[in-house]
Amino acid sequence: MTSASTNRLTSFGPANSIARTPETHPLTWRLRDDAQPVWLEEYQAKDGYAAARKAFADLSQDEIVQTVKDSGLKGRGGAGFPTGVKWGLMPKDESMNIRYLLCNADEMEPNTWKDRMLMEQLPHLLIEGMLISARALKAYRGYIFLRGEYVDAAANLNRAVEEAKAAGLLGKNILGSGFDFELFVHTGAGRYICGEETALINSLEGRRANPRSKPPFPAAVGVWGKPTCVNNVETLCNVPAIVGNGIEWYKGLARPGSEDMGTKLMGFSGKVKNPGLWELPFGVTGRELFEDYAGGMRDGFTLKAWQPGGAGTGFLLPEHLDAQMYAGGIAKVGTRMGTGLAMAVDNTVNMVGLLRNMEEFFARESCGFCTPCRDGLPWSVKVLRAIETGKGQPGDIETLEGLVNFLGPGKTFCAHAPGAVEPLGSAIKYFRPEFEAGISRSAAPVAPVQFVSA
Amino acid sequence: MTTTLIQTDRFTLSDAERSAIEHELHHYEDSRAASIEALKIVQKARGWVPDGAIAAIGEIIGIPASDVEGVATFYSQIFRQPVGRHVIRVCDSMVCYIGGHESVVSSIQQQLGIGLGQTTADGRFTLLPVCCLGNCDKAPALMIDDHTFGDVQADGVAKLLEAYV
Repeated sequence: MTSASTNRLTSFGPANSIARTPETHPLTWRLRDDAQPVWLEEYQAKDGYAAARKAFADLSQDEIVQTVKDSGLKGRGGAGFPTGVKWGLMPKDESMNIRYLLCNADEMEPNTWKDRMLMEQLPHLLIEGMLISARALKAYRGYIFLRGEYVDAAANLNRAVEEAKAAGLLGKNILGSGFDFELFVHTGAGRYICGEETALINSLEGRRANPRSKPPFPAAVGVWGKPTCVNNVETLCNVPAIVGNGIEWYKGLARPGSEDMGTKLMGFSGKVKNPGLWELPFGVTGRELFEDYAGGMRDGFTLKAWQPGGAGTGFLLPEHLDAQMYAGGIAKVGTRMGTGLAMAVDNTVNMVGLLRNMEEFFARESCGFCTPCRDGLPWSVKVLRAIETGKGQPGDIETLEGLVNFLGPGKTFCAHAPGAVEPLGSAIKYFRPEFEAGISRSAAPVAPVQFVSA
Repeated sequence: MTTTLIQTDRFTLSDAERSAIEHELHHYEDSRAASIEALKIVQKARGWVPDGAIAAIGEIIGIPASDVEGVATFYSQIFRQPVGRHVIRVCDSMVCYIGGHESVVSSIQQQLGIGLGQTTADGRFTLLPVCCLGNCDKAPALMIDDHTFGDVQADGVAKLLEAYV
């Protein structure tokens, strides 16, 4: 049993032990084999803040934005929106000179621990990424919105911020450029919905974390009404290498066939031989990730289904393992890449019970603001519980399918409910007999629920 | 249970709590933003957030007590009733489900005689579910206070709890 009494961080894992080079593993090559945090002295000895120095000395703010745009970097938080395009939405109007850069470090997506690893072990990589990004966006202040349970990450980030301040890398007149940037670590108080970028802004402002309507987008009206850019931890950690090594190098990282550029922290968990997290080029196949890195299933277990990137992505079958891990590659087999940390479902797991567990999570974490999500998700839990215990009624599967449809994309205020029903829809599609097995044979048929379109 | 949920005594924040909250106000453009941190400061000192603290925080920050209460009741890690000396947070997300977290929860429940959301009569432990702790390669995972444990097994729970008195 690993425990906090050992001197290794909980994020320690295979990412620390695979062979890594600066040319091929821009995010993780600086990780220590012993999983201790890389502090400023060691980070700088490993070329840390060289990209920031380059960005401040040689590049204009617009050139940094253009470099990130041309690199093809996409958001690593799960949605995959092009980072350069998001940055380009920030107003050109110089009179709107109070701008914020927020780092979304509210990592609560089930089966996701990539940002934890980066923040615990490489806090300066995030700070350097934010520093360069803030310079590009003319943001004078940044917040790292960190989930409260990441205690080690908070401690390490705070220490790294102090180190950077003392070294003149944060604060006033950074690197003699005349540019000021203040960075704060803000810890949250629970609730998955805080990871939605507009909910995160509300939470940072000290409000209930209900998502805001878009437009206006945060780039125009964000935290305290000011232009705001929200980027994920891993996204920001890509920025130093892109600026430091250039676009051509970055575009050469991914495997042929991948439309996404660079590397991605990918993982596999569940009853695989070697669960873990690795930095891999976009475009590796699910099979390579599953067999070569995760080592396949543990003895006595077989792979029944897998989910490519977090609770909000759909289930896939073993035959889909040949799909390439990038947004378009996973879209070809019918779901989203999400966070790229995959989960294996083994032959001992009943899909109805698993989905009941997942929908309990989504129902509990709904902010309750819009009706389909607040009422629809508990309804799905109720039906799934009945089916799980063999008390399902004829028509229950159709009710679930109706919920999948009526809580789908575009029908709720934010992406929470669509993410919640995506795995449910795919589970019914691929494993319908398991759901049918929970329908009571003695129950009298009931009229199917009529869903009325809004 | 000796603690009453409705306090009639006049509530005052300690000097330490007050100065910690006032320090937080400077980190944000608008002082309302300090409300969550203020609740966490009080909770750190007292284990939970008593009724009187809601109004006191509102007063320092300059927002209505109802807004502070709205925030306090929204976030799952702010406790509006007393909790035990140690809080056990069991990850109940899907990877831990596959890893057998339900047997870990049952084992804790049996040993402590409490359900999820409850506190032992001696005030030693409170048991809560929590969102994915980001320890999925070592599922099932749980936190006791600020420490995260991985690869927890139902029969290893007793030994784990021993260290917390």
